[in-house]
Amino acid sequence: MSAQATEMTPAPSARTSAFRRRLPGSVAWHIGSLLVLAVILYPVIWVVGGSFKKSEDVVGSLDLFPGDPVIANYTSLADGIADIPISTFFVNSLTLAVGSVIGILVSCSLTAYAFAKIRFAGRNLLFTLMIGTLLLPYHVLLIPQYVLFRNMEMINTYTPLLLPKYLATEAFFVFLMVQFMRNLPKELDEAARLDGCGHLRIYWSIVLPLCRPALITSAIFTFINSWNDFMGPLIYINEPDKYTVSLGLKMFVDQEGVANYGGMIAMSLVALLPVLAFFLAFQRYLIDGMATSGLKG
Amino acid sequence: MGTAVTHAPAMEDLTKDSKPRHRPAKPPRPAALKRRGRRESLAGYLFMSPWIAGFLLLTAGPMVASLYFAFTDYNLFDSPKWIGLDNFSEMFADERWRHSVRVTLWYVVVGTPLKLLAALGVALLLAQKRRGQAFYRAAFYAPSLIGASVSIAIVWKAIFSDDAIVDRTQKTFGIDVGGWTGDPDLIIYSLVALTVWQFGAPMVIFLAGLKQVPRELYEAAEVDGAGPWRRFWNITLPMISPVLFFNVLLETIHSFQIFSSAYIVGGGAGGNACGPADGSMVYTCYLYVQGFENSRMGLASAMAWLLLVAVALVTAVLFWSQRRWVHYEEGA
Repeated sequence: MSAQATEMTPAPSARTSAFRRRLPGSVAWHIGSLLVLAVILYPVIWVVGGSFKKSEDVVGSLDLFPGDPVIANYTSLADGIADIPISTFFVNSLTLAVGSVIGILVSCSLTAYAFAKIRFAGRNLLFTLMIGTLLLPYHVLLIPQYVLFRNMEMINTYTPLLLPKYLATEAFFVFLMVQFMRNLPKELDEAARLDGCGHLRIYWSIVLPLCRPALITSAIFTFINSWNDFMGPLIYINEPDKYTVSLGLKMFVDQEGVANYGGMIAMSLVALLPVLAFFLAFQRYLIDGMATSGLKG
Repeated sequence: MGTAVTHAPAMEDLTKDSKPRHRPAKPPRPAALKRRGRRESLAGYLFMSPWIAGFLLLTAGPMVASLYFAFTDYNLFDSPKWIGLDNFSEMFADERWRHSVRVTLWYVVVGTPLKLLAALGVALLLAQKRRGQAFYRAAFYAPSLIGASVSIAIVWKAIFSDDAIVDRTQKTFGIDVGGWTGDPDLIIYSLVALTVWQFGAPMVIFLAGLKQVPRELYEAAEVDGAGPWRRFWNITLPMISPVLFFNVLLETIHSFQIFSSAYIVGGGAGGNACGPADGSMVYTCYLYVQGFENSRMGLASAMAWLLLVAVALVTAVLFWSQRRWVHYEEGA
């Protein structure tokens, strides 16, 4: 490549000319990236600014940040939504999210261990079935699962939302962990087997600790998915004091949305904060997890 | 999130695995081997018993039940009554159902290619190693995590409503169509914009694919005098075609299932409408309305099965088309 050729010649003039040639490209690159960044960030900045605007200015005012910021939107949240304190929704969402994370970590890692580390009759068939459920639209299961849980009188409980997580129905995470476990050096568990370790021991003491990155990725995705989930709670929960943040927010829209537009925007931002915090803290795990699981183990 | 591309190589690994790695010199006594094999099988099934229970109870069982409901009149309170194909004939005759199919297909056909183009374009930009690349990558990925939330749907509704930023910007260009979310024909494009905004997830996958294209190919092409466009068309695109296939498959399947954002961006106070004049009444919204607001569980099950068949057909066509445009590296 020509750039390399010029770099090999030690003359300083050649270097600057190479730099000059590359400069426009670099400037264009940064301008392009910043433009995309502006589009990406606009809605997020808008919601931050909007939460400090007076209700009547939220939509109409084009200023990102108001000249005279008000905190009335936030103080109005202290009244709760439909007489239910905001904290209730947060506790409910948190309960579901943490419960989901535990369920996914336990059930999916056990299943993945069986697929990756144990040889047994019918494994290939079951693996194919598991992959098949990855592409299955959830809506086919929606109604029969609802009928099932309704017959078991579990409407308005969190069981319909949590039980699937404890039964490893999220094939994506099973797959992610299988890929990860397959790439662990075989010598480790073979040595452990020769020493007389059973599968439970190998799973717990060798495979799980080594799988930490896959477990963290799964945990974060599960938390965020559960926090964002709208359809599940919408169908199964209809007592407002059991509502999650998503449902509480929707109730806000329906009941006070017009009267307290600013409060609705403030609540939207508050509802986003846990996800944003998770993202900022763990973005490396998330992006690497996405990239590797999409390609190869 | 699916894994169709990895599917094929993964299955290969499995069959490779099942060949004994170190074949014993002398075959051990068959009885002992059998006993060991049986113990292994038992361990395997015990380990995956949660998944097996989940598969039977929450996936396979419900699928069978749903197929049965599809041929019944079922309102949750009386037991299902067999009505043959009536649900399907009612569906096809229902103008509102046909409308929801059109809205969904339009959303899939417009939204998915735009999203993937954005993802590929930005991935090509970010594939150049420059300062700030990691930051941009992370920032562009963020919408994929928050985009499905109720919060963002509320923000979207506000940004695209009458007299808000999008509307005002259009007006400065002399286009006055009012807000998108208030317009039956335009609201779907606000949902398209919302899905394109979440291009980060496929972008990350494109980036990972681009990283694996051997640099020598580009160097050789450059020596041969191939310009940037030729290099993209003849090297980059074929080399990342498996990743492209994966993204097309995934995003298409996902688009068919859009629900929450359509429901919230379109939903006013209460009521069973999805958008003005059903403008954002996507398929799953109508399924929800029929099943859970009108208690037509049989009809909704029939709708769900048609969705499954549609998604399966699209998947099959994509897999079939694979051999024409997807290049898998030998031995990779």
